[in-house]
Amino acid sequence: MSVFLLIIVLGVLAIAGFVLGRGRALASVEGNTRRLHSLPGYYAWHGAIMAFLPAMAVLTLWLIAQPLVIERQLSDYFPAEQFENDSQRILLMADVRRVAEGLDVAVAAGALTPQDAETITVADGSVRERLGAVGVALGAEVTPEVLDAAQSYRALASTGALARAIVTLIVALAGLAYALRITNGEFRARNRVEAVIQGVLILASTIAILTTVGIVMSMLSETIRFSSMYPFKDFLFGLTWQPSFQGNSELGLIPLLWGTLYISLVAMIVAVPTGLFTAIYLAEYASPRVRSIVKPLIEVIAGIPTVVFGLFALVTVGPFLRDWFAVPTGLGSSGSSVMTAGLVIGVLNIPFISSLADDIINAVPQSLRDGSYGLGATKSETVRQVILPAALPGIVGAILLAASRAIGETMIVTMGAGAAAKLDMNPFEAMTTITVKIVSQLTGDTEFNSPETLVAFALGMTLFVITLGLNIFALWVVRKYREQYE
Amino acid sequence: MTDATSSQVPAATPAPARSSLLTQSALMKKRNAAEARFKAYGVAAICVSLSVLAIMLWTIFSDGVSAFKQASLTFPVTLDADALDPKGNRDRAEMMRVTTIGYTKLLNAQLLAHLETRGISTEGVTDKDVAAFISRDTPARLRDMVLESPELLGQTITVSGFATGRIDGYLKGRVTRDTAALDTNISVAQLDLADRMQDEGILTTKFNWGFLTNPDASDQRPEAAGLGVALIGSAYMMALVVVMVLPLGVAASIYLEEFAPRNRWTDLIEVNISNLAAVPSIVYGILGLAIFINFAKFPQSSPLVGALVLTLMTLPTIIIATRAAIRAVPPSIRDAALGVGASKMQTVFHHVLPLAAPGILTGTILGLASALGETAPLLLIGMVAFVANYPAGPLDGGVLDPATALPVQVYSWASRSDPAFIERSAGAIIVLLAFLVTMNIIAIILRRRFERRW
Repeated sequence: MSVFLLIIVLGVLAIAGFVLGRGRALASVEGNTRRLHSLPGYYAWHGAIMAFLPAMAVLTLWLIAQPLVIERQLSDYFPAEQFENDSQRILLMADVRRVAEGLDVAVAAGALTPQDAETITVADGSVRERLGAVGVALGAEVTPEVLDAAQSYRALASTGALARAIVTLIVALAGLAYALRITNGEFRARNRVEAVIQGVLILASTIAILTTVGIVMSMLSETIRFSSMYPFKDFLFGLTWQPSFQGNSELGLIPLLWGTLYISLVAMIVAVPTGLFTAIYLAEYASPRVRSIVKPLIEVIAGIPTVVFGLFALVTVGPFLRDWFAVPTGLGSSGSSVMTAGLVIGVLNIPFISSLADDIINAVPQSLRDGSYGLGATKSETVRQVILPAALPGIVGAILLAASRAIGETMIVTMGAGAAAKLDMNPFEAMTTITVKIVSQLTGDTEFNSPETLVAFALGMTLFVITLGLNIFALWVVRKYREQYE
Repeated sequence: MTDATSSQVPAATPAPARSSLLTQSALMKKRNAAEARFKAYGVAAICVSLSVLAIMLWTIFSDGVSAFKQASLTFPVTLDADALDPKGNRDRAEMMRVTTIGYTKLLNAQLLAHLETRGISTEGVTDKDVAAFISRDTPARLRDMVLESPELLGQTITVSGFATGRIDGYLKGRVTRDTAALDTNISVAQLDLADRMQDEGILTTKFNWGFLTNPDASDQRPEAAGLGVALIGSAYMMALVVVMVLPLGVAASIYLEEFAPRNRWTDLIEVNISNLAAVPSIVYGILGLAIFINFAKFPQSSPLVGALVLTLMTLPTIIIATRAAIRAVPPSIRDAALGVGASKMQTVFHHVLPLAAPGILTGTILGLASALGETAPLLLIGMVAFVANYPAGPLDGGVLDPATALPVQVYSWASRSDPAFIERSAGAIIVLLAFLVTMNIIAIILRRRFERRW
């Protein structure tokens, strides 16, 4: 019985639980709902939940556990030393799975009878060709061990599927029976249902934690694998980045880090003054009418996808800078450069800084302004000497958050900064960043057992640590130095 | 002893300078000038940001609008039965043997013949140059058409197919005589011929629906490339994201806002959510690659994986927006519900949630808009691959078929060498921005209509 069908059956049982639970509750009080502890609907939901949830949990666990159990069973077919090695075992299991699935497909397509599929041997001729005929592509010719393992895999999988269906249905029926047995007028169905709902809510709120754990675990494990293939010290302190898929790659982080920081610096030089002045003007000078028009317009910038900025950098900004600045001054001849990417990221970050700073400036109490005006200060003096100092922690926080965004920005640098890893001071040279290299090492067909691919995870880890550090530092600055006005 | 008794005459204070409130002192002038400058900086900052925005949108639109129009060649073609069905038995399998090359030859010959009958001189252009007018897409389409309805063989039909990218560019002004002189793919003589064909009505420019419906095409056929697969992929992903992110986000927000006790665990969750909102999007791509593709073995390039990644990415923003909406419901509503005997759960689900719904919906739409434009994580899970086949319908497991997404298509076209793809890329951005503008307008309308001030 397929999983999909099983879930449908569970759904039907849940509906049965819904109807029966309600009916039984009403019957137990002879239709007088005032004698029920809870509203009738809660008894119905209780029936449905008891029929569905435990069975669903069992099914999920089974689906996770079955492949692991089968894999262990199949270890007899292969020499122990092949099975010890992690990457070899993964490849072998993938082969076995492909052959087994291929046989199933062949049976389903009518190319093989079920008996043929069970008795097929390597001696019969090319298994690969016969499976290829029904659209299952195998990488290499099938070895006898793999074929035997695949046959055993099929047997185990079909037994497993049968057992899975039986166990799941038994659990579902047991749950349903339990719900019906326990249902009577005194039973506190509402409390039970609400407890389940609360459990679901708690589970949903832990997704955030799980995501973080997932991010850290996935990057950490691959980074550890990377460090077993490539000396981690050379990665952290290497001055050249030269991956080559023949081996002997030099995978030094420093040039990428330099490119990232240089581009972010240019971006911040553009974004901080522009964003701050925009915020100050909107908060202190602009009439409500101007503010109500300009503020949304500035925020439009933040709503435009970064790939649009990337195309703008590639098609407009890059050639413009090249033809009007880089070539006349003799600094470079490439359209993609630190300047191109930096300027465009800067523009992207203007609304981010301006809206955060705007909120912070508005949070400075009016009494401070009034006091300053009362002493005869002009508006700009008030802003510079009273409001900005009071808002400083918040503004520093906003700038740090913007810096972390500039560092993690991907599309603009992929399209506008270039791909050459260089340690250079010239802002009109093409340079590259951590994010660009993550994209270039991980796109396309990649094998996950070479240092050239795995380095992307180490780069991702570096990026994650840097941006997380900046964010936490920003929050800390804001908390520590925030003035409390009451 | 006080100063008053001392006979010492205080040093005469210098007579105050004669000043008036109406004339400014030097210091005041300086301060006012500083004030004016400061204000001008603000105006300048706003002007800079808005003009960059305007320039960007203008360049994208002026580059991209032409992607919606396409030059096409219209001429009569006699479908020669001997060439297209050599055995003459109209058997589909037999007819499949004639490849697109056979159809290309036929089309080329017929175009030349048609030019001759219309009296258009092909002076200075070789036959091969004339053949280069026809897109490689046209023979393939004609072949599909003939295989579909073999009774067309022997008849004369009017074929309307794309012209090649360079000719198309000439009609749109992208290719000029100056650039053609430097281009090995096109000659000035061909452009002259294009002018003559345009005068005779063989070469026309029409609105190109194919740009919205066709799948992607290879490097040599920019004229045939379209957004069909990308639109379907994006639609699948957005539908899945809504289905996953809305229940999860609302459930998490309800718990954190209404039920969670203040303890270390909930503090940890809250810090986590705000940090996740600031994690670079590409990190989610790495997560998706490692967990969903390498570990869980979901198919690469599939909308399902894309949707899972985008869900995890937008979840923090949606939780933040939803919590704000729930917090905006005044406590008096909760107190009233609890007062008439509702349980905590009933209070939340019957009273708080419906009142917060418009705010939640607005936040969700804005979160979806940002997910729709997200590119970087999708590159890592393989959605940048060249996909020429439409994914299956949603009920036939289409969410597991390879597909691309709108912003990814923008990127992959932009990185191809032919400038005709830059036009397509900008055109794709116009489509993308049209969706984003629509979503934002819906959000604004929702907010205007249902926002309640308590």
